[in-house]
Amino acid sequence: MFRFFQKFRWPDWVILGVLMAFFGYIWFTIEGTLNYSWRWHLIPNYILGWHTTREEYFANILLQGLAATIRISIYASVLALILGTILGIARCSSNLTIRMLARTYLEFLRNIPPVVVIFIFFFFLSQQLIDFLNLERWARGIARQDNNAVWEFFFGEMRRFPSLISGVIVLALFESAFVGEIIRAGIQSIPKGQREAARSIGMSHGQELRYIVLPQAMKKVVPPLANQFISLIKDSAILSLISVQELTYKTVELVASSRMIFEAWITTAAFYFVVCFGLSRIFARLEKRSDKQ
Amino acid sequence: MTKGSPIIEATHLDKFYGSFHALKDVNLTVRQGEKIVICGPSGSGKSTLIRCFNGLEWHNSGELVIDGVEVHENSKLMRGLRQEVGMVFQQFNLFPHLTVLENLMIGPMKVRRLSRAQAEETARKYLDRVHIPEQADKYPSALSGGQQQRVAIARSLCMETRIMLFDEPTSALDPEMINEVLDVMVELAHSGMTMVVVTHEMGFARKVADTMVFMEAGEIVEVSPPDTFFTKPSSERCRLFLDQILDH
Repeated sequence: MFRFFQKFRWPDWVILGVLMAFFGYIWFTIEGTLNYSWRWHLIPNYILGWHTTREEYFANILLQGLAATIRISIYASVLALILGTILGIARCSSNLTIRMLARTYLEFLRNIPPVVVIFIFFFFLSQQLIDFLNLERWARGIARQDNNAVWEFFFGEMRRFPSLISGVIVLALFESAFVGEIIRAGIQSIPKGQREAARSIGMSHGQELRYIVLPQAMKKVVPPLANQFISLIKDSAILSLISVQELTYKTVELVASSRMIFEAWITTAAFYFVVCFGLSRIFARLEKRSDKQ
Repeated sequence: MTKGSPIIEATHLDKFYGSFHALKDVNLTVRQGEKIVICGPSGSGKSTLIRCFNGLEWHNSGELVIDGVEVHENSKLMRGLRQEVGMVFQQFNLFPHLTVLENLMIGPMKVRRLSRAQAEETARKYLDRVHIPEQADKYPSALSGGQQQRVAIARSLCMETRIMLFDEPTSALDPEMINEVLDVMVELAHSGMTMVVVTHEMGFARKVADTMVFMEAGEIVEVSPPDTFFTKPSSERCRLFLDQILDH
């Protein structure tokens, strides 16, 4: 820490001073004008609550929300990876119609705000799908069973299963466009000679893709895909708008019921930050290690 | 040298890249067991011609018959024919994500549908033939250029092809590695393989070629046996070219 400050020169001190003055002012406004009473001591209880009758800890609103966010992010990214791979291959297809369809999908998603896209996907697609598959009733059935611990571990509260699934589908469809672009770039980064060599030993188009191009492309796209995964976690907050019970939605609930606006949102921000920043550090380290090999 | 029946017959081949006329009325016959060496200045269409022979490029007009079958673009037959026609590239084009052995086995396993054991046996046999059995488990990036090119030759051989095309196989190599590759090619030539080689290695050409072909600006200018080709070429352009590359 001391060394860090040794590197400081006078402009650094000026900038630091201005920043501190600015935040000090905001602090002062909150303290003085709003007359806001901080109740930080209540926050831990909303993460891990103490059940007084059963005498055990349980995951309260915020932790439930975090767990839901993590679940949704994992499932959605798996689905997005599958859809995105198909989309990426379609973008490189020799068939014009397939190429145009993939391109159209991508351009729609790129040029419409995420919130709008998510509403459209929700009402037009995932809602229909859930009604069609009768998921609502199926999930209630499981929720009524006694030993549904495994289900609950993977999907959270089963009563909320349809909303979780539509969240996953909507998010995956949205992210698949970007994953598709990453995969396409990966495929196109493989030198032409590789494809020619594959063809010259008699491989079909599909074999060429499966055994030669994709394995090499996948290795190249891991770093950008890891970044996309982090984006996906952040994007999952939008799902609160379609009542998916993830971290942001739960925070809105908490704020509405407890009025702890600043504490709740700062805690939630910290959750997102820790998860996303932690992952980006881990990915960076893994990448460095695989570069060495 | 005795020559068998024609295996590649190109008649009046024309090829355009946009408005660029890459092949102009090319006629060439390759017979079973024949070794043809094609030379000529860069951009003369040598590579384009042999790339047409295994469907990496397509001619725009004319007729190309390979192994008795006429091929043209979108011809489904080409895939089958490619299994008969091997290609060695200037840039080796080994698969970097596979080990040497896997590079050799993937064709026989996925295309010829051999079992893993059979494919490995074939792979080791040809790796012996190109004199690098000890490199089997390394990745291509760990090999020298000459070794990589020999692996590439073995990869084609593993498909048990009847014709081998070589597209400037030594042009990307450091000088000290050229000979190890040429030696393998000479041995291959002596084994009776049909070979079409684009190269400027005239020593190699003298040693193995049955027929020399000189191309310039998309045309075949001269086709003759090596004796005539090197001593008294019929065309002035060919003589000038030979003077240039043989002077050093």
